[in-house]
Amino acid sequence: MEKRELICIGCPLGCPITVTLDGGTVTAVEGNTCKRGDDYARREVTNPTRIVTSTVTVEGGCDRTVSVKTRTDVPKSMIFDCMRALRGVKVKAPVHIGDVIVPDAAGTGVDIVATSEVEQQGAGIV
Amino acid sequence: MKAYDIVIVGGGPAGLAAAVAARKSGTDSILILERERELGGILNQCIHSGFGLHTFNEELTGPEYAARFVAEVKRLGIEYRLNTMVVDISRDKVVTSVNREDGMFSVRAGAVILAMGCRERSRGALNIPGYRPAGIYSAGTAQRLVNREGYLPGRRVVILGSGDIGLIMARRMTLEGARVLLVAELQPYSGGLKRNIVQCLDDYGIPLKLSHTVVDIQGKERLTGVTVARVDASGKPIPGTEEQYDCDTLLLSVGLIPENELSRGAGVEISPVTSGPVVNESLETNIEGIFACGNVLHVHDLVDYVSEEASAAGRSAAEYVRGLSADGAGTVIRMNPADGVRYTVPFLIRPERMDEKMTVRFRVGSVCRDCYVSVYFDGERVLHRRRPVVAPGEMEQIVLEKEKILAHPGLEVITVKIEEA
Ligand SMILES: Cc1cc2nc3c(=O)[nH]c(=O)nc-3n(C[C@H](O)[C@H](O)[C@H](O)COP(=O)(O)OP(=O)(O)OC[C@H]3O[C@@H](n4cnc5c(N)ncnc54)[C@H](O)[C@@H]3O)c2cc1C
Ligand code: SF4
Repeated sequence: MEKRELICIGCPLGCPITVTLDGGTVTAVEGNTCKRGDDYARREVTNPTRIVTSTVTVEGGCDRTVSVKTRTDVPKSMIFDCMRALRGVKVKAPVHIGDVIVPDAAGTGVDIVATSEVEQQGAGIV
Repeated sequence: MKAYDIVIVGGGPAGLAAAVAARKSGTDSILILERERELGGILNQCIHSGFGLHTFNEELTGPEYAARFVAEVKRLGIEYRLNTMVVDISRDKVVTSVNREDGMFSVRAGAVILAMGCRERSRGALNIPGYRPAGIYSAGTAQRLVNREGYLPGRRVVILGSGDIGLIMARRMTLEGARVLLVAELQPYSGGLKRNIVQCLDDYGIPLKLSHTVVDIQGKERLTGVTVARVDASGKPIPGTEEQYDCDTLLLSVGLIPENELSRGAGVEISPVTSGPVVNESLETNIEGIFACGNVLHVHDLVDYVSEEASAAGRSAAEYVRGLSADGAGTVIRMNPADGVRYTVPFLIRPERMDEKMTVRFRVGSVCRDCYVSVYFDGERVLHRRRPVVAPGEMEQIVLEKEKILAHPGLEVITVKIEEA
């Protein structure tokens, strides 16, 4: 029996969670306030994952950069591979929330998508 | 002079949520004034995820969260002016602004909602005489440079202060290829959320040293290094504990302070504890018809709570302009923060005016484990809730019910305090 103490990162409440493991299988999760915490704790002790956020350069837009994220969690060990996949990427304005910036980032099967709107330069600021 | 029922100063998450709520409560004539060239406030540079779990039941990034409210404001046809900086608010609610098209112009407001947000503390953070070489930034400035300008301000970084923005930037700069050598925190506890310690520092093996501060900086033109030392219980550096870090960048993440110059100008009473306006249950200041919400009222760590609070302010302002809250009479109950509780928002409650349920938010002054949050109606304890830990970095809240308060006629003071187990 092994016990691991975690802080849930599912939301800013940051519940302290205790996971009990028996030979690599989770036998109990305690301390979470909601279901997300249970999911997080099980994943964290077996295959931890994160959402990766960053920015890429925009050409011809009102802003120089557009913010992006992996659409869903990727394995923690792939964070830097996702960052590498973004290096040097340039997109042309306009960019809309949800536009795919890099499909299947670093072979994770997860797309990197835009998380902000960038209008074309000179496209009448309202 | 043009007139509006409600004028909202600031188009960040607080201003946007207040506008949406006021419109939904039946006020048509609303104007939002925003000095930047887009709505959304500080969220536009907070590109990381974790926003909106409470509001949208979905984990969004800052810009996505802001975009939802911006879309709502546009859908409802609420008027807003960008690139427009409010320079004065008068006691009788004339709001004066400047922008390029109109120069200086004034509008008359039935009610004003203050939603100017906060700025970063910086002065006094570095208690070191002498040179300030290039390479020292506030964490929020670094966040803007990296996320909005696409410019990485340095490659070897030390962060002073463990506020959330500093923690977020430790991860962000690491992902962009910089080395973050250390986060040093003067206090014996972290100023940021636990989840940010986990996912921004622990994930990347970045050390956090509590009870440490920067005692010397080196470099003439450009920063070349800093000296960090342990501090004693009174915050004084302990000789012999100095450690040297070679770095080209020092970020300061030592807290936020509400932006209340305009409020003061209008005669709004400011609390020395929160640096924000003293408000009642309707989030109305001492000046009738001037309301406040979001970071201008007190510094929040969570935008979801900003939106919630701002919606309440928007509803109150809408009621005010409809004349529903005209009479100032009735009983006033004072909120009394005691024993470990630094402040509460609101500060005053008029029971007749409160909603069925009202959230009271507060912060504690130091870390306390295994304790109780207690509420007293005058001398009688009415709530005693166990908390494994409370910390200054995390806002706490309790809910007061109107029915229970009305069941205590003659109630004068509601005390919120921390009690040991
Ligand atoms: C650098 C920084 C990073 C943060 N990161 C996070 C985070 O990661 N997660 C989180 O939940 N919270 C974060 N916060 C807290 C965040 O501030 C709140 O969640 C939320 O943005 C507060 O909303 P607000 O509308 O009160 O303030 P703001 O977002 O600051 O909006 C205030 C608006 O008022 C405008 N304004 C100010 N003065 C005037 C004037 N005189 N005339 C016209 N307009 C004016 C400003 O331009 C701005 O748009 C961060 C805060 C800061 C300062
Ligand atoms: S368990 Fe639920 S409530 Fe607690 S931190 Fe995780 S997501 Fe938030």
